[in-house]
Amino acid sequence: MPQAKIVMNVRRVTPTASIIDIQGEVSAFAEQVLMDAYTEANTPTTRAIILNFSGLEYMNSSGIGLIVTLLIRVNRQKQRLLAFGLSEHYRHIFEITRLNDAIKMYVTESNALAAAQV
Amino acid sequence: MSSTPKNPEDNEQPRDAIYWAQQTSEFRVSHLQTGALDLNVEGRRGLSPLQGFGQMWEKLYRVRLSGITVSPAEVIKGWKENFPAFWPQGNRFFAPLTGIAPGEVAILRLAPGGMPLSTGVMVLYADEESFTLMTPQGHIFAGWITFSAYEDDGCTVAQAQVLMRASDPLYELGMRLGGSKVEDKFWEHTLTALAAHFEVKAQVETRVTCMDPKLQWSEVRNIWQNAAMRTMIYTMTSPVRWMRKRRKS
Repeated sequence: MPQAKIVMNVRRVTPTASIIDIQGEVSAFAEQVLMDAYTEANTPTTRAIILNFSGLEYMNSSGIGLIVTLLIRVNRQKQRLLAFGLSEHYRHIFEITRLNDAIKMYVTESNALAAAQV
Repeated sequence: MSSTPKNPEDNEQPRDAIYWAQQTSEFRVSHLQTGALDLNVEGRRGLSPLQGFGQMWEKLYRVRLSGITVSPAEVIKGWKENFPAFWPQGNRFFAPLTGIAPGEVAILRLAPGGMPLSTGVMVLYADEESFTLMTPQGHIFAGWITFSAYEDDGCTVAQAQVLMRASDPLYELGMRLGGSKVEDKFWEHTLTALAAHFEVKAQVETRVTCMDPKLQWSEVRNIWQNAAMRTMIYTMTSPVRWMRKRRKS
């Protein structure tokens, strides 16, 4: 099976909010990387997981499915999932797939962090 | 290591842009084939698994195309071209004129448990090695089905992945009373037919996982869009429409 062309970096920016920086391609092959990043981002005090899509280069429909799977895991922990850094194209993808109903999108990291603190 | 954010308004399109549906999530039927009924499709909004009522399930159906040399792209090409033919008898897929392409809407005439159901699907995504269909309001389930092919250990594997919730309480009840098994048989039949198309006799491997056991009562109002009930009402009132047509002519 091809290697996942993705790198994810986790930043625990506050006791209640962690950011996962996504660099590369989100497809089915990114599943393990994404779930490992979430495991690292998730602490006993984490209330919000913020996905940074500004380094996203490619996403197919399997990748969108992974985001849904992640959302379910996040909600199970009574946490919220937010996103920032989406280009106009990927904002459109979130809208057409109705993911924007459950994952709020922000333009900048500071906007997302401010919303996460509320 | 922190990433420097790119300008979110970057106009350069990523290479996946051509594979995604371009319009909004509202379904638009561009052409109606003979025998197709646009009853619960035009103007309906597309649904992800997040807008469904029932438990969330991931269902994987896989078949290994052993003994032949065929690339994932060839499998998907054959699947797109013959998609309706692989369906079990009694269920019709009226393919769009332009074929399975991003944004196209297909009309479906299904018969789950013998009950007629007119609905549709939209091609949410399609590239050379996969395509994904999205369901509209009123469909049995809210969600996506991704058909894909990939290489594994020297063999091409064809897969159908369903990520879904039953759309409303009636459908959820139906799924629990045997509908889920009917769905499994549907896709197992389809994959067996796909394998036979490539002259392979193979066993379909099925894996079902409950992703979220909770019901989403906030989506209970989906029942007003239930395509099975609307199709039944349409069918029962067809004598009235026939008589009205006769009086006009």
